[in-house]
Amino acid sequence: MAATHTDKAFEQDLRNLREKLLAMGAKVETLIAQSTKALTDRDSSLAEQVVGADREVNRLEVDIDDLCRRILALRQPAASDLRLITTALKIVTDLERIGDLAVNIAERAMDLNQVPPLAPYYVDTPKLAELAQQQVKKALDAFVSGDAAKAEDVLKGDDLLDALFLKIFNELLAYMMEDSRNIRRATALMFIAKHLERIGDHALNVAEMVIYMVRGKDVRHPRSRDLE
Amino acid sequence: MPLSSATPRNKMEARELTLRYGSKVAIKQVSLAIPEHKVTALIGPSGCGKSTFLRSLNRMNDLIPGASHDGMVFLDGRSIHDRALDVVDLRRRVGMVFQKSNPFPKSIFENVAYGLRVGGLKDKTKLAARVEKSLRGAALWDEVKDRLEESALGLSGGQQQRLCIARALAVEPEVLLMDEPASALDPIATAKIEELIHELKATYTIAIVTHNMQQAARVSDRTAFFYMGELVECGATEQIFTNPHEKRTEDYVTGKFG
Repeated sequence: MAATHTDKAFEQDLRNLREKLLAMGAKVETLIAQSTKALTDRDSSLAEQVVGADREVNRLEVDIDDLCRRILALRQPAASDLRLITTALKIVTDLERIGDLAVNIAERAMDLNQVPPLAPYYVDTPKLAELAQQQVKKALDAFVSGDAAKAEDVLKGDDLLDALFLKIFNELLAYMMEDSRNIRRATALMFIAKHLERIGDHALNVAEMVIYMVRGKDVRHPRSRDLE
Repeated sequence: MPLSSATPRNKMEARELTLRYGSKVAIKQVSLAIPEHKVTALIGPSGCGKSTFLRSLNRMNDLIPGASHDGMVFLDGRSIHDRALDVVDLRRRVGMVFQKSNPFPKSIFENVAYGLRVGGLKDKTKLAARVEKSLRGAALWDEVKDRLEESALGLSGGQQQRLCIARALAVEPEVLLMDEPASALDPIATAKIEELIHELKATYTIAIVTHNMQQAARVSDRTAFFYMGELVECGATEQIFTNPHEKRTEDYVTGKFG
């Protein structure tokens, strides 16, 4: 991206767009970390912060959509610019969903903080949260640096999340079978694990769009494509 | 993306075409095919050679003093520089529409009939039929059918341009070359010309030079990008505007030049 646009105002619009997306990405990364910390530290006021901060993520989503529509209408972007704008329009939805999922985790944490913990260290939930957060971070880094290889790493990394989710799932199932009084807490933790696994899926979507943005090649749903 | 089963035939083809005006090289070693019943758009900044290339397809450059060429241009597989080939006939088969509409100071009817009369057609009924067919082909008939004897200069700019297209169609060409056909028109007249281009490609093969990249994107099947006399890249229009392979094409279509 050495050459800059002859039209400086267009250049500024594109820079704004990248910066806003980055700000939104940083925000949702923080929310994932905070929501999990609210659980492990049993910190309900932190959980409330997460719930409140979601408004900021929503505002950024609307802002970015608006900016994209304006660029499409006024600049008729082509080639890499067009791919950047269509990518932005799609990943903003994934980022907003990640924010919502962090809020869901925080709400579950608030419930769980009312009762004694089910198990020490909340099984592998913190590890899963860390993995999910890393995936989001890596996908956003790939977006900012236009690095398709890094985005491919995210695609590969998703298996780790899925495997860990399955492990947690089985472990929580065992707690439930052991003692029916565990069911309520184990179910809440299972929801949290599912939300984290879902966050990983959204990171994957972002990574796929980044590959499209960089290479102009759509890598989604390779098997469905064979059916055509 | 639908894959067409048959690759279209190349109606025209330039092979390593170089064209000079005196010692100045206007286009260098350009090899480009113009597929039949498709619209090929030629884009690039001013002075890139796109209009020169277009004009070389019906030897209009022959009229410029000092112009010379190397390389070949084929029409239906036959060299257009073949000594046995009649240039007048070449220009009938490969017609041209210019940036500025240039109707003759005659009636609407006579503007379209002119080429036919020059070609020796005298039969009044046949003449009238061909004029009507050409005006219909240029989507102008309904607007002018009741005033065919009025001066062409009384038409609006967009109508004049469609009249020039009708005039080009009257002699039943096979290829239409268009040099910025809509650059002097308002958006509505431009839309009419673009719609007309869509209709015409079923019958004709079209090559169009345009400075308006959105127009190239809208009307063409293939786009060729020229820069400093060279053909940088040619591909399906969708590919050129969403994912060009060459850095210079990318810079041009995203507006990163100069």
